[in-house]
Amino acid sequence: MNRSAISTHIILICGALFMTLPVWVAFATSTHAPETILREGLQIWPGGHFLETYNEVLFVEGGVMKKVTATAMLKNSLILGVGFAVGKVIISMLAAYAIVYFRFRLAVPLFWVIFMTLLLPLEVRIIPSYKVVADLGMLDTHAGLIIPLIASATGTFFFRQFFRSVPDELLEAARLDGATAWGFFIDILVPLSKTMIAAILIIMFVVGWNQYLWPLIMTTKEENYTLVIGIKQIYQVLNEGGELPQFQKAFALTILATLPPVLVVLIFQNWFVKGLVESEK
Amino acid sequence: MSGVHLKSVRKTYPNGAEAIRGVDMDIQSGEMIVFVGPSGCGKSTLLRMVAGLESISGGDISIGDRVINDVSPSERDVAMVFQNYALYPHMSVRGNMSYGLKNRKMDKAEIDKRVNDAAKMLKIDAFLERQPNQLSGGQRQRVAMGRAIVRNPQVFLFDEPLSNLDAKLRVQMRIEIKRLQRRMNVTSIYVTHDQTEAMTLADRLAVINDGLVEQMGAPMELYNDPKTLFVASFIGAPQINLIPVKFDGTTLSNGALQLAGFSGLPENTDLVLGIRPDVLRVSGDGQFEMRVDLVEQHGGENLVYGALLGATNNEGDDLEVCLKGDKEMLPDLDGTLRLGFDSSTAFVFRKDTGERLI
Amino acid sequence: MKRVQFEHSPIPYLFVAPQIIIIVVFFLWPAAQAVYQSFLLEDAFGLSSQFVWFRNYSDTIFSAAWLQAFWFTIIFSTLVTALSLGLALLLAVKANEVIQGASTYKTLLMWAYAIAPPVAGLMGNLMFNPLIGDLYGFMNAVGFDFDHKLDPYDAGFVVVLISVWKQVSVNFIFFLSGLQGIPKSVNEAALMDCKSPTRRFWTITFPLLAPTTFFLMVINITYAFFETFGIIDTTTQGAPGGATTTLVFKVFQDGFRGADIGGSSAQSVVLMLLVLALTVIQFRFIEKKVHY
Repeated sequence: MNRSAISTHIILICGALFMTLPVWVAFATSTHAPETILREGLQIWPGGHFLETYNEVLFVEGGVMKKVTATAMLKNSLILGVGFAVGKVIISMLAAYAIVYFRFRLAVPLFWVIFMTLLLPLEVRIIPSYKVVADLGMLDTHAGLIIPLIASATGTFFFRQFFRSVPDELLEAARLDGATAWGFFIDILVPLSKTMIAAILIIMFVVGWNQYLWPLIMTTKEENYTLVIGIKQIYQVLNEGGELPQFQKAFALTILATLPPVLVVLIFQNWFVKGLVESEK
Repeated sequence: MSGVHLKSVRKTYPNGAEAIRGVDMDIQSGEMIVFVGPSGCGKSTLLRMVAGLESISGGDISIGDRVINDVSPSERDVAMVFQNYALYPHMSVRGNMSYGLKNRKMDKAEIDKRVNDAAKMLKIDAFLERQPNQLSGGQRQRVAMGRAIVRNPQVFLFDEPLSNLDAKLRVQMRIEIKRLQRRMNVTSIYVTHDQTEAMTLADRLAVINDGLVEQMGAPMELYNDPKTLFVASFIGAPQINLIPVKFDGTTLSNGALQLAGFSGLPENTDLVLGIRPDVLRVSGDGQFEMRVDLVEQHGGENLVYGALLGATNNEGDDLEVCLKGDKEMLPDLDGTLRLGFDSSTAFVFRKDTGERLI
Repeated sequence: MKRVQFEHSPIPYLFVAPQIIIIVVFFLWPAAQAVYQSFLLEDAFGLSSQFVWFRNYSDTIFSAAWLQAFWFTIIFSTLVTALSLGLALLLAVKANEVIQGASTYKTLLMWAYAIAPPVAGLMGNLMFNPLIGDLYGFMNAVGFDFDHKLDPYDAGFVVVLISVWKQVSVNFIFFLSGLQGIPKSVNEAALMDCKSPTRRFWTITFPLLAPTTFFLMVINITYAFFETFGIIDTTTQGAPGGATTTLVFKVFQDGFRGADIGGSSAQSVVLMLLVLALTVIQFRFIEKKVHY
């Protein structure tokens, strides 16, 4: 190996350590007893309290929140992640299909309405949005949590781009074969988009799982917390102090909140990269 | 079976562009018609109008006695083979072939029977469960044909179906398509820009230019008796030799080139003399000379290319001519050949209108 | 536009309906409300309101707190964008060069994409916790008088560091895919024409990456403006003394904590205009997404 190759590896190793070490330290520290952490600080090697800590966080009522367990929060996160991803894919595909494959009078104005969502991130309309959901009686419900988030210009544009790349002759052949508008969508277009759908589902699951601001204002009851929101509560408890700070539980919760999306990204790495790069184009 | 009838059919796009400018045509039942013409001439548009994939701006298209202007593509009882095959990539060969039948709510046993029969006829019965991307180009082509055949339509439409194949396969599939069409005796319309394909496949050819049918007839009729300069130059390979000339009452001339033996042509008008490469002969008492530039040996025959001495083309450059000879004809490069032709085998056209005078 | 489309019918409206309904109810209506409320002044109990024209704007936007947040956001976004892009570009170029272990490096460098900003925030916060955090100890040990709870610059350092950390992976993925999109033949031609690798990079590779870089700049600025909310909220919460308050965090703070609906709405509208400007810039230069 020559000198430049060695320096390349050194840079990459430093980069990799920078990206992974904090999470590793969080994990290692979460497996120690609170006294050890308080005495010795952060830990680089795993300790002997793995089962104890994670058992308490995951299954014992009052172990981490006042009442709910991390398992319940995990479930809420999962519902949000999956609902967010599936909802986005479905309504984006339907809208893109209408825009690409139909000639209709309002196509252009509706396209721009969808485009407008890019200009209105949640952060700039947060209070009135909260009001709308509250008026609809959807606070603290899964529907209220998910539905307002699933409108998606990016998703619609992504499928629009993909549908446009589908050869025209396929529609023509299908029309000669007697396919209806719905038939063409279900029989031809959806199966053709399989990999695209998978890629978007993966990205959107991660994005959905990681939602913060919306669930933060939408959920008032502890049993509706997602893991990411639980983090916030832990933070407040730690800040308020009191008895022996349960740092190991805070770390355990960050690990639990991180693990599922990370696993999804790692397992479906190729689809994930493809989806991310393609959808943002 | 039924024929296809086009009556002053027009296609005007919303932007005002006229793709088809009034086409009348009667296609007999069981006939194979080839639309041929340069790209952009409107031949595909016309085919797609028969298929129902393009709307009709004027006139009527009927299949049998039924006017189908406003009938949806799937109810016109036509089947189409596309240039890029348009196979559904996620369906097996069987799925591709049966999709149209399923949409017509045909019962399963009948679908299976039709698919199996067609597959056997096309020799793709071994691949029925494969996906299109596991097939070679020729096999995909067959599947596309199979998808059309199982429908048992009144009319087959082919939109340049062979242009994605390599030369050898193209010849082979051409013969197969012709055989199949003979055997099934289904009215067919075939679009191509390849004049060899057109000549060999067609019962009758329609040469289309700029949205109009220039001439329609049997291949040899068009070859021997072209009505216009366009048809003469489009049909026949190698292409007809075209020599710009003027007539002075007795002689056609271009510079030093003088060709006697013509009469009844307008004077002081730009004319074009057309001589097919295969009617040119090497002979000592021929009417003109060519300087040989290049000899192409095709095996059974040779093509000799060179410049016609004494004459110039419209830009004032050498006038290129081609002569077809047997495989023994190997003149020296840069040497000259004296050539002659029988003036009864030559055509004379008006340059401005393209109309044939002789 | 497809050559052939389905004919006029109510079907397309049914297909776009779900998307449009959600947008109207949860995007356009609330946005309009925000604009409307930005012109109103409510009394403390929310019982009556009064149309006050641009008073909310002048009251909040020219306030010292808002200006502080504005300048912090600008500096913060610039730092986060520049640092995370630079670091990601370096890593992507190296990961693209390396042959052995390329896929391992790639995985290790991109996986942090999956971590939520607030989770990263809490993790960072714990690392810098004076009770246990070794980073806190380290900073002081190497001679900084480090206290991010009291010192605005130290607090800024913490949020920038965490925000950069969280954003490197996205930039890395895009840069790497941009690099891999450069045709091999172009690299080979460059190899024959130019001896110095550094010069090759700046004259061939970097210009070819320009579209990616530009696109990422917009993405990163948007990220620094909006998505870092989760990081701020789990680390400094804008402290000390509003030194690390971003514009978005301030909207949230004033609206929910301070119940100043009018002022918060006015700030929202200003943010909308900022997003509009960013989007216009993006499309002026990229013009990819909108060819209708």
